[in-house]
Amino acid sequence: MFSNRLNKFTKSVALAAMIGTGLSTAALGQTAEEKGFEIAARSDRSDTGFESSEVNAIMTLTNSAGRTSTRELYFKTLERENEDVGDKSLTVFETPRDVQGTALLSHAKILEADDQWLYLPALKRVKRISSANKSGPFVGSEFAFEDFTSTELNKYEYTYVGEDTFDGMTVDVVERTPRYENSGYVRQVSLIDQDVFQVRKIDFYDRKNSLLKTLTLSEYREYEGGVWRAHLLTMENHQTGKSTSIEYGDYAFKTGLADNDFVKGVLRRIR
Amino acid sequence: MPKTMTAMDEFAVKLAQTVINHRWLVILATLLFTFLVASGAQYLQFSNNYRDFFSEANPELRAFEDLQSTYTKNDNIFFAIVPPDGDVVSNETLSLVEELTERAWQIPYSIRVDSLSNFQHTEAEEDDLIVEDLVKGAENLSPDQLARIKNIALTEPLLRNQIISGDSRATAVNVVVQYPEKALTEVPEAVGFARTMRDEIQAKYPNHEIRMIGVSMLNNAFQEAAMADSTTMIPIMYLVLLVLMAVTVRTVSGTSVTLLMIGFASAIGMGVLGFSGTPMDPMVLTAPTIIMTLAIADSVHILITMRNSMKEGMTKNDALVEAVRVNFLAVMVTSLTTAIGFLALNFSDAPPFWHLGNVSAIGIVMAWILSVTFLPAMMSLLPVRAPKPASGGDQSAMAKLADFVVGNHKKLFYGIGALGVILVAGVPRIEFNDQWTEYFDESIEFRRDSDYATQFFGFYPIEFSVLANGEGGVSDPEFLEKLDAFSQFLREQPNVTHVYSLADIMKRLNKNLHADDESWYRLPDDRELSAQYLLLYELSLPYGLDLNDRVSIDKSATRVTATLTNTSTTETKAFLDASRNWIAENAPEYMKATVPTSAQVMFTYVAERNVNSMITGNVIAILAIAVVMMIALKSARLGILSIVPNGLPIVAAFGAWAFMVGTVGFSVAAVASVSLGIVVDDTVHFLSKFVRGIREKGYDTAGAIKYAFEMVGMALIVNTVVLVIGFSYLATSHFKINADLGLLTALAIMLALLFDFLFLPALMLLGADKLITGKTNKGALEDVQQPAQ
Repeated sequence: MFSNRLNKFTKSVALAAMIGTGLSTAALGQTAEEKGFEIAARSDRSDTGFESSEVNAIMTLTNSAGRTSTRELYFKTLERENEDVGDKSLTVFETPRDVQGTALLSHAKILEADDQWLYLPALKRVKRISSANKSGPFVGSEFAFEDFTSTELNKYEYTYVGEDTFDGMTVDVVERTPRYENSGYVRQVSLIDQDVFQVRKIDFYDRKNSLLKTLTLSEYREYEGGVWRAHLLTMENHQTGKSTSIEYGDYAFKTGLADNDFVKGVLRRIR
Repeated sequence: MPKTMTAMDEFAVKLAQTVINHRWLVILATLLFTFLVASGAQYLQFSNNYRDFFSEANPELRAFEDLQSTYTKNDNIFFAIVPPDGDVVSNETLSLVEELTERAWQIPYSIRVDSLSNFQHTEAEEDDLIVEDLVKGAENLSPDQLARIKNIALTEPLLRNQIISGDSRATAVNVVVQYPEKALTEVPEAVGFARTMRDEIQAKYPNHEIRMIGVSMLNNAFQEAAMADSTTMIPIMYLVLLVLMAVTVRTVSGTSVTLLMIGFASAIGMGVLGFSGTPMDPMVLTAPTIIMTLAIADSVHILITMRNSMKEGMTKNDALVEAVRVNFLAVMVTSLTTAIGFLALNFSDAPPFWHLGNVSAIGIVMAWILSVTFLPAMMSLLPVRAPKPASGGDQSAMAKLADFVVGNHKKLFYGIGALGVILVAGVPRIEFNDQWTEYFDESIEFRRDSDYATQFFGFYPIEFSVLANGEGGVSDPEFLEKLDAFSQFLREQPNVTHVYSLADIMKRLNKNLHADDESWYRLPDDRELSAQYLLLYELSLPYGLDLNDRVSIDKSATRVTATLTNTSTTETKAFLDASRNWIAENAPEYMKATVPTSAQVMFTYVAERNVNSMITGNVIAILAIAVVMMIALKSARLGILSIVPNGLPIVAAFGAWAFMVGTVGFSVAAVASVSLGIVVDDTVHFLSKFVRGIREKGYDTAGAIKYAFEMVGMALIVNTVVLVIGFSYLATSHFKINADLGLLTALAIMLALLFDFLFLPALMLLGADKLITGKTNKGALEDVQQPAQ
């Protein structure tokens, strides 16, 4: 166990060094790790440069008996150029009605628990949540918060596995291992298409390395400036038979949001 | 050969002669057929799911499946941990808990682990809500920190008496396992892994007791009990019965051929089971035993007649033909009626009974066919030493018994009749008890562990999906108040050790969000507030510890779990009735459809469900058997009369059990079907010889009774002894259901012989005029004789 962690640690040091020196573009003598990282980085970077975004979403939860329940959310995201810090995001719950106006402010972190504040309108107070919930389920869904918010490149270590086909596309298969200590996953296998470099599917393996969930990302659209976004995310839990989908509306980019729109104080003023 | 041969006799003689003339063909065909059908046995697998005891239509099972598809399944593995020093809140024990909790996520199919160490304790610190593991780094905790943990654990309603015993002497790690239910290897795989883990941790902490219970262990125990039975009980039983048989039939070749016959009949039965793809449960494993006892009964009749005929100077082959002739009808009727009895098991609610019934019926019919084909074919090949001609001591003893019965028939009629009445009157005293831990004897680890663990923790969960008023309704203050009142009510019930309720979580959150002010430890009185608390709580929970298994996805219902200690079925029933009453009287309209459910609830009603459906099945079987008897004996009156000696011993056996033991598991439902055919065997042999006495020999009633005693008395006693030993031996099964079944059946068989020997003749003599045969004794004989011409 300990030696395993040590190993992870040395790997991450090596990775950090690699990024620093820009080695990732080396074409010849590339290791599987380097190639995996390169593919993931290319995919991640194809989505960057949007500065900020705003979007509506409908989340539909389905249990194993087939009953469903929906909730509507509004997301605001502020991109942070530095790949070693996570994006900032604000999630506002619009339905169900009894949680309307509840807002979650999150400052994503790479290797630690995110900083999170929640505004409870009924209590008229902002509460900071301190917990190790990074891969915990988001409001009863099959998604963890990090599963559907922007992927942070440095949260994982990568290994290139090979090529495959998915949904008529040729895809690169890249395995990624979370670097976060309390992660619920031991590894994830992602499929990234070779055409527009978007993640199409991710299999999540739990702590005992059994297939836990599959995330399918579809209805990709390209926005101005070459920013790609999936508009339908479906997460299926293979162990419990439950599933959750998120349908996004149209994204608005570069909406002029700034750091001071993502501080604790704004939570009270939301709508 | 007697002068009067019925068509049946003629057929039997022709059959026996053909078989002996083409013995090699018969033997070859038997081997080929057996091999073909028995090859299905390669597909046999052991069942390891308690749900196999319930049919798809079982309403308790359906309610439970409903609950489990709304929340999550709870096929758990529950580790009970007891340190030597009487306090679990120590650095050492908490280290153990921490290590076990961490490693338990590796158990195959595990989806959740709950323990003291990963309990998500919530605490307020100004405007921060801190959610963290209750125990972290247990090795280095200071005495102050330990005291704080102990205080939290013992006052937290979710933990006290569920994860930590109220006296702090024991703690638990509960692992929720969700099986894909695709292969029968899943449960043993998870349990095997968990046991290895337990052993490793045990080696590290040798002075701690670590016991494993829970539904996974229960399921695994079904398989282990079945395997233990099939490797120890069944082989030993074969040996015992064969020795017994060798002694009574006194021929080595006869015993060896019978052994082959038993083997073939059982292999065919199990082969069919294998082809059908049905997993083996501990109950279907009693089928070979049942087939064996009946196969022995068939061959004993034939071999004894053969010996007796050889004694009188017949050649072996003539004696074989005669043995087949004399016994053909009785063996056929017995086999068919027994098979009918077993097929009646299909009326029960429990699929294991169906499988037991069908496999036994197939095996019994096969044993019958083999006993009139393979048995004579083999016997004509093998050497049989002709016994010395001697006046049978048997016959004279039987004659004395017959004289005694005829001479004292009035006394016997009233004496045995009174005994019958007393026993029948005792039947309502029987109490059903289906506590699944007690299905297993102490040689099964699961039983020992559950006996141990129930000193500290409850083990029988009862689940309620408490319904709220529509989507999001669980946040409604009225609902929460009712939920809390209901939880309090459940806590006050006898035998309840723990109640898990969302109401307690809401109170804690309310306190946490008011800076941990104790005066806020109460339910929020505002729907929005509750909903937002829940949202906050859901956002804060880490991987695997979410609320999905407590609140339905649309928040229209929440699951309350009351855990009962070792509680009898009657007490459980009282608890269930009380909770239903509470709901009927106190719940608002939208909550009224809330019902208790769980494996325990299913087992609570399993006896009633099966007994009720079996009564129908048995009544039909008894009537069908009466019809078979009417045709076989060619007497409508004797057929109807047969209902008395066929039904009475079984009912009386229940009465005797009520007086001697008192409680019985749901196996009671199968007893009637299993014993019916065998009980009928006695009646058939006795009545058919009685009829033969009148038709072939021209005796009067008393004379025919005496003739019947002399002809079959000894064979019936031998059979009864063999069968009683056979079924009593089931008492050594590791599975109590089988033990009860065996003992009750043995009791019924003994009573059947008693009634057939002492009561039936008395009944016939005493009531010959009006009760049995019509107006006059003469008329009775006419009725019996008339079709025999």
